[in-house]
Amino acid sequence: MRTADLTTALVLMAGGLLVIWDSLRLGIGWGTDGPQSGFFPFWLAVLLLASCVAIAGQAWRRADGRPFVTREQLRPVLTTLLPSLGFVVLVQWTGLYVATAIFLGFYMRWIGGYRWVPVIVLAVLFPVFTFLVFEKWFLVPMPKGPLETWLGY
Amino acid sequence: MGWENLLLGFSVALQPANLGLAVLGITLGTVIGVLPGLGGANGVAILLPLTFSMNPTSAIILLTSLYWGALFGGAITSILFNIPGEPWSVATTFDGYPMARQGRGGEALTAAFTSSFFGALFSVVLITLFAPLLAEIALKFGPPEFFAIQLLTFSSFIGLGGGNPIKSLVSILIGFILASAGLDIVTGQLRLTFGITELMKGFDFIVAVIGLFGIGEILLSVEEGLSFRGVSAGINPKVVFQTWRQLPRYYRTFVRSAFIGFWMGFKPGGATPASFMSYAFARRFSRHPERFGKGEIEGVVAPETAAHAAGGASLLPMITLGIPGSPTAAVMLGGLIIWGLQPGPMLFKERPEFVWGLIASMYTGNVIGVAMVLAFVPLFAAILRIPFPILTPVIVSVCAIGSYAVHDSMIDIWYMLLFGVIGYVFKKLDYPLAPLVLALVLGDLAENALRQSLIMSQGSLLILFERPISGVISAIALLFFALPVINPYIRRARGSQKPPVEVAAPHDG
Repeated sequence: MRTADLTTALVLMAGGLLVIWDSLRLGIGWGTDGPQSGFFPFWLAVLLLASCVAIAGQAWRRADGRPFVTREQLRPVLTTLLPSLGFVVLVQWTGLYVATAIFLGFYMRWIGGYRWVPVIVLAVLFPVFTFLVFEKWFLVPMPKGPLETWLGY
Repeated sequence: MGWENLLLGFSVALQPANLGLAVLGITLGTVIGVLPGLGGANGVAILLPLTFSMNPTSAIILLTSLYWGALFGGAITSILFNIPGEPWSVATTFDGYPMARQGRGGEALTAAFTSSFFGALFSVVLITLFAPLLAEIALKFGPPEFFAIQLLTFSSFIGLGGGNPIKSLVSILIGFILASAGLDIVTGQLRLTFGITELMKGFDFIVAVIGLFGIGEILLSVEEGLSFRGVSAGINPKVVFQTWRQLPRYYRTFVRSAFIGFWMGFKPGGATPASFMSYAFARRFSRHPERFGKGEIEGVVAPETAAHAAGGASLLPMITLGIPGSPTAAVMLGGLIIWGLQPGPMLFKERPEFVWGLIASMYTGNVIGVAMVLAFVPLFAAILRIPFPILTPVIVSVCAIGSYAVHDSMIDIWYMLLFGVIGYVFKKLDYPLAPLVLALVLGDLAENALRQSLIMSQGSLLILFERPISGVISAIALLFFALPVINPYIRRARGSQKPPVEVAAPHDG
């Protein structure tokens, strides 16, 4: 927990420094029409740096022995996060609906251990349903891929 | 205020199309409230793109109904499954789940829904009475007053939020910094883009809400190894009427909890501390405090009344001042801007049919809501029996749809994933997420208010204290900011007196 707390504080501090650097470029003083663009972000980042130093100090003093995640906890988190990442990558190639079908099918088959019949039925029906709701009823376009082009959408 | 305004509102809210939307919203909202990982804020965020083509009044009716539904849905999972679907229904599990295990699930649910209904009704009546007055006052506000109110909003997260005050401050600062990224509309300069075109658009808070609360919440719940072992609810008209007969006994708890809920709710930080506080008060004033935690019906009545009263009250500052009281209200406020309305006091003058339609729909929405959840509890509870391997990809996919639809841009799906990881890490390290979202929404407004104030005073921050209204508000804000520092001294000065009611809870209204 302490390592995680310190790391987060350090990452935020680095972010704060980046903001300060960019704000200085934009100017933090008084322009012709009031405060310059960098004024507001600059002071926010200064406060952020100060707060992160305080948090890091707190974390340093108060040794919290609990681990941030245990090995048993990390497994289900990764089995959710990594396929989700794969899903987002896939959306760019195949469009959202096909990616959803593959994601849902993969998850049900390999994580849930379902038989092929329910896997295929659901993995087809759910994307078709969302397609109807979003593209047809509410006219909200989603990313589409080769399959949709082939079908004429 | 005039009755004709409210009548105008009802004539809008009672149109068949709007009633239909209310039913749809409540159904979806209850489903969202029941599902782990989805809650009021991200439910509203995901549905927001669907409303872009609607007229604003119908759109807000759909979204507020969804909000009521999510509030009702949270109670179902807390009582039957001991899983608080929403942070503000944690206190409901204390007595709701024991009641369900004793076979009194139907009784607990009836009590929960009925008290939510009256809690919400109480807030809506107060909104009806006070919103026009507040809007009238707010019309006289200038930039310093608005900035002072923003200060008050964020100071209450720090002073009254309950968590680590420095971490709350960091969350607020991150939200404001993210909000400032992109094009600065005042000077036309690009900020924090570092020459990357994709960053020019800045960060949309809707995507942040979906990622932080949706994806982050899923990661947290799979980590805990969710196992749904529910108690079946024997709910039928007989149980409902029997419960209704004993509820009037608790009128004092009702009134007290409704006041707590309203008072906590219209300031940000809202529903969650309100529900804990009114539970604590109910136990303290009860003749049988030892029964609490073992299935006391009053322990369900108190938090549910307060949570719904707070949920309603958080809409008051949104429509009168243009400042949301909770993340869900913040998303709705974002909706108002997208629909082309200017949130704030002018709405009462310019779009009375919108404001009063919204207020009237709070009455109709709650009446429809309580009837629907009472009738269909078993159906809604069945949703939780959907196995996790199906639920997870479905929720992730729906979140992606909601994120993409905001700007039709792929990068938003990536941001969603990124915010999901941030949400997961922050939640585990006790950084509160609600202030981050609120700061992201209000960032531009706050910065402009500050800039204009500084221009008015030629660079002196003292202007915030020199004008009477902003002076009082800023002073209270400073007090709240200082509370975490001075609190230990106050406690020491009080000596061995009773410690104050602990309200340490995540505040994700």
